[in-house]
Amino acid sequence: MQTCFVKPIITVNNLDLFYGTHQALKNVSLPVTVNEVAALIGPSGCGKSTFLKTINRMNDLVAGVTIRGQVLFHEQDIYCSSCDVVELRKRVGMVFQKPNPFPMSIFDNVAYGPRVHGTKKKAELERIVESSLRKAALWDEVKDRLKNNALGLSGGQQQRLCIARVLAVEPEVILMDEPTSALDPLSTLKIEDLTQELKEQYTIVIVTHNMQQAGRISDKTVFFLNGEIVEAGDTESIFNKPADKRTEDYITGRFG
Amino acid sequence: MLRTYFEKELEKLKIDMTRMGALVEEAMGQMLIALKNQDIQIAERIISGDDEVDFMEKKIEKQCLVLLARQQPLAVDLRAISAALKIITELERIGDHAADIAEITMKMAGVKYMKPLVDIPIMIGLTVVMVNRAIDAYVRQDVELALNVCASDREVNELYLKVLLELINTMKRDSQTIDQAMNLVFIAKYLEKMGDHATNIAEWVIYNVTGVHNSGKKVFAQ
Amino acid sequence: MKKTKLSEKLIYLAIYLSAALSLTAMLAIIGYIVFKGAPIVDWTFLTSPYKGAEHGIYPMIVTTLYMIVVSLAVSAPIGICSAIYLNEYAKAGKLVRIIRFATDSLSGIPSIIYGLFGYMFFVTALQLKMSILSGSLTLAIMVLPLVIRTTEEALKTVPMAYREGSLALGASKISTIFRIVLPSAAQGIITAIILSTGRIVGETAAVYLTAGMVTRVPGGIMESGRTLAVHLYVLAKEGISFEQAYASATVLLVIIAVLNILAVRLASGIRKRMLGN
Repeated sequence: MQTCFVKPIITVNNLDLFYGTHQALKNVSLPVTVNEVAALIGPSGCGKSTFLKTINRMNDLVAGVTIRGQVLFHEQDIYCSSCDVVELRKRVGMVFQKPNPFPMSIFDNVAYGPRVHGTKKKAELERIVESSLRKAALWDEVKDRLKNNALGLSGGQQQRLCIARVLAVEPEVILMDEPTSALDPLSTLKIEDLTQELKEQYTIVIVTHNMQQAGRISDKTVFFLNGEIVEAGDTESIFNKPADKRTEDYITGRFG
Repeated sequence: MLRTYFEKELEKLKIDMTRMGALVEEAMGQMLIALKNQDIQIAERIISGDDEVDFMEKKIEKQCLVLLARQQPLAVDLRAISAALKIITELERIGDHAADIAEITMKMAGVKYMKPLVDIPIMIGLTVVMVNRAIDAYVRQDVELALNVCASDREVNELYLKVLLELINTMKRDSQTIDQAMNLVFIAKYLEKMGDHATNIAEWVIYNVTGVHNSGKKVFAQ
Repeated sequence: MKKTKLSEKLIYLAIYLSAALSLTAMLAIIGYIVFKGAPIVDWTFLTSPYKGAEHGIYPMIVTTLYMIVVSLAVSAPIGICSAIYLNEYAKAGKLVRIIRFATDSLSGIPSIIYGLFGYMFFVTALQLKMSILSGSLTLAIMVLPLVIRTTEEALKTVPMAYREGSLALGASKISTIFRIVLPSAAQGIITAIILSTGRIVGETAAVYLTAGMVTRVPGGIMESGRTLAVHLYVLAKEGISFEQAYASATVLLVIIAVLNILAVRLASGIRKRMLGN
């Protein structure tokens, strides 16, 4: 129900991305509404992860990448020359496909972000760590062993730890790059439930290979093919009757 | 092409649906003959034949549920299977009504008709065509044909009202005719419902193709 | 079947013998030296100067320690920072290839040439004279490629995923390097230091051309002195006293062992503090 028109929190306008001479993204345009879960689906190598990484400028780390077009965050182009990448990445967090906790204690992992951004007081850090771990539905499982090495956690717990780590810097948007593809089904479902809780406070953009997952958790689904957006719309419509035959062929598994 | 196993299963589903439709159409055809000729034997065959229609419904229902659980169908596949589930229910009811009409035919068998049946056979003809077209529309995924079926329902309803009025007047004039007239009223009512069921099938076919299910009923004010 | 079993057995035997040989050689060398030298090592030996009738090695110990400290103080920061630049910042290209070629070539140069260079440049041209400083700077250049290479390898073992995770949280590149990469690579970097120390302590040619051979206790790094390795060399070459040579060698071995143990402890201490429990 649209009561009033809310400006999207992220707007991508006519984005082209090149790895050297190879064009990985072609004229991609997409609005992302606040507090929604947007799922990016599509076959391997179609550009969804590349697109995701343009939103927090992680593509800057790759050599030979050129970008044309606009990516607006709160209507500000994030690729402007005077833009602070560090600040952007604080407000747009990312969870990776393979859980990557730092080789430190659970506490230090979650406290890493706040410490980097200047929080020093012990009491403050403890508060942030507890609150982030609670939001990531991990607190009960680790509250007695915060000083233990994070690498001793199971895969699913590690991934939730990475989510807590992101939450600790208080982002507005959370980007997730196939966050459950390396996890067992139970951990996957736990994290899916988590996205539903988190979306009340945050905006989530998630890349997934798992169609059923996109169906379960997303409000909006975007289908990528060969670097272009073929179709984007609310998940119910896309999964009931997509407008484009290519989308339908993909989600029914007629081509992968 | 991927999902060949799934494709085969969907094909099987279609074949079974077609068979069930054929059974129902045959029952309706036989029903007309039994009614016209007051033939008890044919009527009996129709009643026992309904068992097979019921069996088909259970069989197809099971197939659909298994496909839903195991294949996680989406979009067009999901619509096809959910439409199939609804359509077999409608077909089964049509089959039941045909059997009901056959029963009434048997009850009336001893007594000759007051006057030759005219409108009721027309109604039967219309509904048979509707069912036939609805099933055809499903097999061929033909929206135009399905819309045609929906439109035909009006004629069936009008005929029903005509028959009803006529029979009520007959009963008012001569109370001796009540027995037979009431039976004929029931038959007409069943035929009218069969028209409704055929229309429902057509609506589900439209849903299968377009993703929109318009049941045509009044929308309640929010 | 029997034939393969036999050849497998033979190979296993060969491998086993090689390992045994290496171990035996090492034990033999160390054993012989310590056996011969330990009796001479006593408190007086360790603390007396080498003057006239006294044949203590105290001055040499002091000089050696000075050299280690100053060389490391120069080579470690430069080497580690270079490695950080090469691994974390430099884009693959001509410049990087040139730098790598240079560092690789440097490590192949014989130490006598370093000695000559050190003499010409540090001692004469920069007028640092024969001093611990000259010696340390020369040794620093010598171990630099080693430090750079080993540190680079250590940095490479830190998974990219850690860096990505840190950057994605809004940490700057420098922050990431100092908070995550270096601590994770600490063990490898300490290894680099240990290897360099080994080289520093063992050098003779490069040292006596630049730091001299005077046997007094140096008052500061601008003074010249004689390291343990040089002392050993002199004792043996001039046939002065093989007993003392063995004794000095024993002390040298002990110093190296102690330094290694300290370094390993340090590395695991850093690791424990970072990892938590």
